[in-house]
Amino acid sequence: MAEAHPVGFQWVMEAKRRGAKVFHVDPRFTRTSALADAYVPIRAGTDIAFLGGIVRYILENELDFREYVVAYTNAATIVSDEFRDTEDLDGLFSGYDPDRTSYDRGSWQYAGHEDDGHNDTATEREGAAGLQHESHGPPVSARAQRDETLQHPRCVYQILKRHYARYTPEMVERVCGVPREKFEEVAQAWVANSNRDRTTMLVYSVGWTQHTVGVQYIRTGAIIQLLLGNVGRPGGGILALRGHASIQGSTDIPTLFNLLPGYLPMPHHAQHPTFDKWCQGIRHPGQKGFWDNARAYAVNLLKAYWGAAATPENDFCYDYLPRMSGDHGTYQTVFDMIDGKVKGYFLLGQNPAVGSAHGRAQRLGMANLDWLVVRDLFLVESATFWKDSREVETGEIAPERCRTEVFFLPAASYVEKPGTFTQTQRLLQWREKAVQAPGDCRSELWFFYHLGRIIRAKLAGSTRPRDRALLDLTWDYPTEGPHAEPDAEAVLREINGYEVATRRPLNSYTEMKDDGSTLGGCWIYTGVFADGVNQAARRKPGGEQNWVAAEWGWAWPLNRRLLYNRASADPEGRPWSERKRYVWWDADRGEWTGPDVPDFEKTKPPSYRPDPDATGVAALAGDDPFVMQGDGKGWLFAPSGILDGPLPTHYEPVESPVRNPLYGQQANPTRRTYDRPDNPTNPSPPEVGTGVFPYVFTVSRLTEHHTAGAMSRNVRYLAELQPEMFVEVGPELAVERELTHLGWAHLVTCRGVIEARVMVTDRLSPLRVDGRIIHQLWLPYHFGNAGLVRGEPANDLFGVTLDPNVLIQESKVGTCDIRAGRRPTGPGLLDYLADYRWRAGADGHYPTVVTDARGEAVRTDPRRPGRTPVDGCGAGQGPGGRHTGDDTKPEA
Amino acid sequence: MVETRRPAAPVNPAEQAGHLDPPPRMGFFTDTSLCIGCKACEVACKEWNLVPESGLDLLGMSYDNTGALTANSWRHVAFVEQPRPAGWQSSAPLAGTPSGPPIAPVTAEAGGVIGPDQGTSPGVPPAPEPGPAGRMAQGTQFLGMPGTDLPGREGDLDGRTDLRWLMMSDVCKHCTHAACLDVCPTGSLFRTEFGTVVVQEDICNGCGYCVPACPFGVIDQRSGDGRAWKCTLCYDRMTAGRMPACAQACPTESIQYGELDELRERARARVERLHADGVAEARLYGHDPDDGVGGDGAFFLLLDEPEVYGLPPDPVVTTRDLPRMWRRAGLAALTMTAAVVAAFVGRPS
Repeated sequence: MAEAHPVGFQWVMEAKRRGAKVFHVDPRFTRTSALADAYVPIRAGTDIAFLGGIVRYILENELDFREYVVAYTNAATIVSDEFRDTEDLDGLFSGYDPDRTSYDRGSWQYAGHEDDGHNDTATEREGAAGLQHESHGPPVSARAQRDETLQHPRCVYQILKRHYARYTPEMVERVCGVPREKFEEVAQAWVANSNRDRTTMLVYSVGWTQHTVGVQYIRTGAIIQLLLGNVGRPGGGILALRGHASIQGSTDIPTLFNLLPGYLPMPHHAQHPTFDKWCQGIRHPGQKGFWDNARAYAVNLLKAYWGAAATPENDFCYDYLPRMSGDHGTYQTVFDMIDGKVKGYFLLGQNPAVGSAHGRAQRLGMANLDWLVVRDLFLVESATFWKDSREVETGEIAPERCRTEVFFLPAASYVEKPGTFTQTQRLLQWREKAVQAPGDCRSELWFFYHLGRIIRAKLAGSTRPRDRALLDLTWDYPTEGPHAEPDAEAVLREINGYEVATRRPLNSYTEMKDDGSTLGGCWIYTGVFADGVNQAARRKPGGEQNWVAAEWGWAWPLNRRLLYNRASADPEGRPWSERKRYVWWDADRGEWTGPDVPDFEKTKPPSYRPDPDATGVAALAGDDPFVMQGDGKGWLFAPSGILDGPLPTHYEPVESPVRNPLYGQQANPTRRTYDRPDNPTNPSPPEVGTGVFPYVFTVSRLTEHHTAGAMSRNVRYLAELQPEMFVEVGPELAVERELTHLGWAHLVTCRGVIEARVMVTDRLSPLRVDGRIIHQLWLPYHFGNAGLVRGEPANDLFGVTLDPNVLIQESKVGTCDIRAGRRPTGPGLLDYLADYRWRAGADGHYPTVVTDARGEAVRTDPRRPGRTPVDGCGAGQGPGGRHTGDDTKPEA
Repeated sequence: MVETRRPAAPVNPAEQAGHLDPPPRMGFFTDTSLCIGCKACEVACKEWNLVPESGLDLLGMSYDNTGALTANSWRHVAFVEQPRPAGWQSSAPLAGTPSGPPIAPVTAEAGGVIGPDQGTSPGVPPAPEPGPAGRMAQGTQFLGMPGTDLPGREGDLDGRTDLRWLMMSDVCKHCTHAACLDVCPTGSLFRTEFGTVVVQEDICNGCGYCVPACPFGVIDQRSGDGRAWKCTLCYDRMTAGRMPACAQACPTESIQYGELDELRERARARVERLHADGVAEARLYGHDPDDGVGGDGAFFLLLDEPEVYGLPPDPVVTTRDLPRMWRRAGLAALTMTAAVVAAFVGRPS
């Protein structure tokens, strides 16, 4: 956090000064570790085993916050007797279909509701359906059997206990390489600091999500925080630190293929043929909670898009919306580009040639387009790949024959345009324009407004039905200044929503109607323009208001600073303790009160019990704090919504040097793969050839640089602070591979080779994993071949394998080889790589390996019959004599 | 005018320099126990003061690619990796890992021999002997002082367990007795009403006398320009009642700006607090009005001996002995003269 979020880290330092203890778990000792009370080294990719160990520690010793757990979580809920755990099936849950590599979730359901779980999970994976649940839980029946003594063998609590029984401190040590004393220190401190009087906060950064089990990492953290009563209470929670400014905003009002604003799903051509089907698919009739009003949110969005043209009679122009037909994610699109299925591409402030996994695929894809539009502050690698990339060096891209026409458009930076940033607390903060953008630099808002205007002008008078969606758009933003810059506040007003007849801004999404009389572009943002005032622009100093500072900016929903804060009071509505008093029931006034906006119906008393037939908001009891969940409870066990298991389970990373010590199943059996020759995977046990790539590597950021580097490598004062690509290795690995401090080394995977200067440091240490010594090394991913300071992109080393829930790539852990000296250059580089692939037996086809109870592969790849075992030929052996001679640059 | 004697009570250098009824002396308190090494101070300083870039060399000294304070770097964040415990750590960071002996002494030596071109003179010359850098990085045997570790904590050659990463933002000390100012022949260097020491770029003639005069090696000349440059404590911002750029940018309040008396009080309390929390190594540096430079206007809370951060342990204003030397030289000259005269006078006519 100190490394990538130094400004946010000031609050950690502030807490430390007040006596907070800081624990840092990381594969390498970073600037955060330097300030932490305890640093815990860990093998990259094993966090579920570590956190699962803590779940076991809590449950075995009955250290959970029992009152909270019984009342507010689904610990007491009884699960179907058809459910089988990974402990029973050697790493698989019940319902696995090896042909579709996907689960039927029927057996995961609450008892009696098995029929709710037969969704098409393979299709959900294609559409990254898990992303829809950022604002609300997946569907689940509100009427489930419960055993509040937690003794029923099929209640969630007992299932959880059995599931993690083998995640002992010894197992944590064996899987993660975390010394037992370290693990126990963390577990004890976490529990000791979580009770009525105290809360513990879990903070993670983006790297946690970039795993094939990334969603389950966070689920494991959520289980611990729920068991310890750290959710919905001040000083608790799970803090997701974002990758850069307004990443939260770009999922709320998404730049994603599968979502519309406010987490409404993008319609699927087969599942949502009609408007009513779509609305029903969102609101799931019969559920508890606020999501029941989804039809109103959908109507308001369509009215915001198509205004007067959107009427009840034409389903508010629902048929103008594009339909998903499968995986249209960024990686699928890149492979489609390579295959010639995509003709044009927009890159807006994105530099995939450096910043995305599998850089070679990114560049080859972009080289096979008709046109590419790049809008950025600087001429980034993704705009110049056709003339100066690695693939030009190897002859894979010939500049004179590269068909892609690249249009580079200079963009205005964040200080050169007004707008909002939404940060991780869901806080919208308005920023003013500080300076005029130079030259032809323009804002994104300007670009898209005028692009739309010009396209609409060209289509004017068209009678083709396909043009109606564009021609009927509401496209009437006022503009100002010599460049006709659209008024950003007018856009925010539309996002907030208003009454169509009077244009009175809506103050709350509860005012949204489903008859077309109101409109709003993003229901969760309704209220940001409450009373006609830009609430995001509020800047009342902290000293002039209470400590929650509700008058600084504006948080969705409805300016709540802490979600699910009903949980900060006990079931009767009293604060758990004076010290942690936050939102409570004021019996005299008959309402919820406190320094924050209560995340609950204001006058619903704690004693309220719903009518058995109630649905929606009325079905939420007075002690159901998780108002966006279908059963009002925090989920320890997820019967739906998650595609790879109702409980987090340790799987090895797709590329791992070790066999999964816990289960026969090696890696996530439902992961999204792109099984193509241009996307090979380094072999992992039980496959052969794993010795060729014996080391674990991970990548992350330096304080001095920003993401793919365009905004820092081009700025002198930042560039000089970290002027060159380097790789950090521990002294033990340096000895093993004869690497010298500040000398050159190159790293190899099945996908690529990069070279870097060597930094030997005590901050990296080998770990003892399952009886073996595992070396880890670390790279920053900021460097590319443009800018003041240069280096080879670390992301070239990764392939593309994705988390099944949200289609995020595993780009924080992989296996590699490292060798002293510079890499081969020119076409010889391809031969060098081919040689590595040959030795590893990695021809690019790796199916999802499924194992039986003995750990034997029961489904192997029929396309690889004659694979020669080559295990062990890598570690001590040179990379084949053919290409190491003249092609290798001399060592500097 | 050369200041000659150590004062008994804290002096206000602005008063001594002739400012009538000056405002309180202002300065920096840099608390390295709060530094997270983000280098925002370096960047903010350069942005505000339009300081040129200082080279694009990878120095290999941990995450320090600035190297030292120069004419082109007026704040410098040092990074020190050491196989020693930090007082606040509840457990040794690498305990229980199958690690070997520490490499920090080796890499510190390797970093020490690099002399990057910073566009300044003398800039960051390579260490003539890299050995001491390595020994300091090792941390347990510098200057022959006895180790402060518990027996058995340091000597395990088979594996490293302890590890700390010290970070410290260095800056001009704005000495109470400033030798650079003493030797400046043009009056370019002057004492401001806030007690700080500032070079006036339109007066400096590039003679360079100030460079060897500084006991901390702070002041430096810009190549191709010849003039001396260093931290002004953002004199322009101070006169407008604003905080210096580095202190404003520091996210963790490691760099604190204010009235020096108040900062010293704050620093004392902070050291006591750290000692109470088990950080026994915490100490102040440059706070003492009785030290060799009469105390610094920019002083520090360090977590080890000053040498570990590359600071002189007992800085002395280099002009301190000049009056005595001149007196002695004068006395010698007088004696010689007297002897010569006596020789002639005593001669029989």
